[in-house]
Amino acid sequence: MLKDLFAKKRKYATIPSDRVKQDVPEGLMTKCPVCKSIMTTKELNKANKVCISCDHHFRMTAQERINLIIDQGTFNETNKGMQTENPLNFPNYLETIEKDRKKTGINEAVVTGSGDINGHSIVFAVMDAHFRMGSMGSVVGEKITRAIEVATEERKPFIIFTASGGARMQEGVLSLMQMAKTSVALKRHHEEGLLFISVMTHPTTGGVSASFASIGDYNFAEPQALIGFAGRRIIEQTIRQELPEDFQTAEFLLKHGQLDAVVHRSKMKSTLSTVLDIHQGGEE
Amino acid sequence: MVGDLEFERPAKELRNKIAELKKFMDDKGIDLSDELERLEERLEKVEKEIYGNMTPWDRVQLARHPERPTTLDYITTLFTDFLELHGDRLYGDDEAIVGGIAKFHGKPVTVIGHQRGKDTKENLRRNFGMPHPEGYRKALRLMKQAEKFNRPIVCLLDTKGAYPGMSAEERGQSEAIARNLVEMAGLTVPVICIVIGEGASGGALAIGVGNHVHMLENSWYSVISPEGAAALLWKDSTQAKRAADTMKITAPDLLDMGIIDQMVPEVEGGAHRDLPKQASLIETVLKSSLDELSKMTRDELVAHRYEKYKKIGQYTFENDSIGVK
Repeated sequence: MLKDLFAKKRKYATIPSDRVKQDVPEGLMTKCPVCKSIMTTKELNKANKVCISCDHHFRMTAQERINLIIDQGTFNETNKGMQTENPLNFPNYLETIEKDRKKTGINEAVVTGSGDINGHSIVFAVMDAHFRMGSMGSVVGEKITRAIEVATEERKPFIIFTASGGARMQEGVLSLMQMAKTSVALKRHHEEGLLFISVMTHPTTGGVSASFASIGDYNFAEPQALIGFAGRRIIEQTIRQELPEDFQTAEFLLKHGQLDAVVHRSKMKSTLSTVLDIHQGGEE
Repeated sequence: MVGDLEFERPAKELRNKIAELKKFMDDKGIDLSDELERLEERLEKVEKEIYGNMTPWDRVQLARHPERPTTLDYITTLFTDFLELHGDRLYGDDEAIVGGIAKFHGKPVTVIGHQRGKDTKENLRRNFGMPHPEGYRKALRLMKQAEKFNRPIVCLLDTKGAYPGMSAEERGQSEAIARNLVEMAGLTVPVICIVIGEGASGGALAIGVGNHVHMLENSWYSVISPEGAAALLWKDSTQAKRAADTMKITAPDLLDMGIIDQMVPEVEGGAHRDLPKQASLIETVLKSSLDELSKMTRDELVAHRYEKYKKIGQYTFENDSIGVK
């Protein structure tokens, strides 16, 4: 046959290897860890870091969260010069803090300040899991406490976006006491009849879950966020049985009565805005 | 004796020697009182040496001593007319926490504490003193009751932590602890908390937000147990001793850091050696705490608690001379 006259172009099946994956320029494409689909990072960012095919909510930095929720040009940051100390003289502690400061561009695992949500003036705190897993030491506790105090003083709602592995081990009992410190401040805010909304994002566990995160007047969470007191591994070791797949997800908490609603990231701002609007209804 | 601890061994050996010598003297009728005196002097010196130089890990061992007095031991020695009250009115009665009404020096109080068991059977019933949410909710119910009737609240802390289990998570372990922290912050009656053994993490703090917080000399209180810290920090739970040394978890450490108000001295060798004497040492501290706090108004008590916790934490500002390295 005629086509046999020409040199055959052999077809190979291409199997993606680890090397090929590495060859994709860093940052240009992103692969969803859940559905494994690949999308451009630009697409992903445009969708507020929610997977365009399976709705998996990627982690956000504090700044990204602020850009998403707070009206442009209204954000005023507070206490960004607060510095971590090393109360237990823990080896290399301050070096790791410094590394995360450089990596994230923020001074600690929470960013606090004031701003507007669709014109409603609020005080807020956004935890950032990119900084020491969002763990709470003295600075995180103090920044949150001061933000709550400002909210109380100015009679404003306080909203927190949590993302934390819990208390920070390297500051020992001082970290534990931040749970009490933020609680006394929240109690005062509450006694003034002011609004407190907690938005739990992935992950919210340990001492953060067991303090301010769980006791909002409204408790919201992002889909699939891991939320719980004890770690899955510790529970499995304790009770010696496997835990259900959805254990400690936002949906699990909703089912067990711990949340008011699971809110998709694309609806978060409008949901918060609705709550704020209803709460300010009497004043307008 | 049950639960003799490694670091106490030299004293134990001397004690045995003295007992043997006494028996020998009695049996044979020979007077060796010079020798006996010498041994007793040496024992005193050795004990001073041992108990005067305890490492944090030694104290952890004492805090976990199987014969260490528990909440109920202290309740029955420190208070009169104790009536235990059960249940959270929502789900069940968690026996890892006990609470009730009683009198202290003739005056009504509410007393609440973690309760571990003395033997395996009791430990199973009390879940080794590790509460579920219903335990914390029972505690909160009793605190609110105390507040309504203007009774001071005494909390005794002794737990390895809140129970890490599936049912605990389902019923809102986080919420139960968090709720207690916030509600304790607002109580308008005096709240005095005493760590009597182990004070692990949020599970301890959930009944620990007080106007005064005291610790027994050989108790520990931290963000996590030494074993847990070792597992997290060095991926090796056998390094618990190192964690105990590093984490500043003992009563003298917490007193230094200004987190507790007073360290309650312990009977030499640990609280278990003399319960009545230990109870009287606690009684002295509790009495002075109650006297001091009883002078405050309801508002002052809440403000006092606010100021106490507000100042806990170490940080600086960029331009401060200490600064970050």
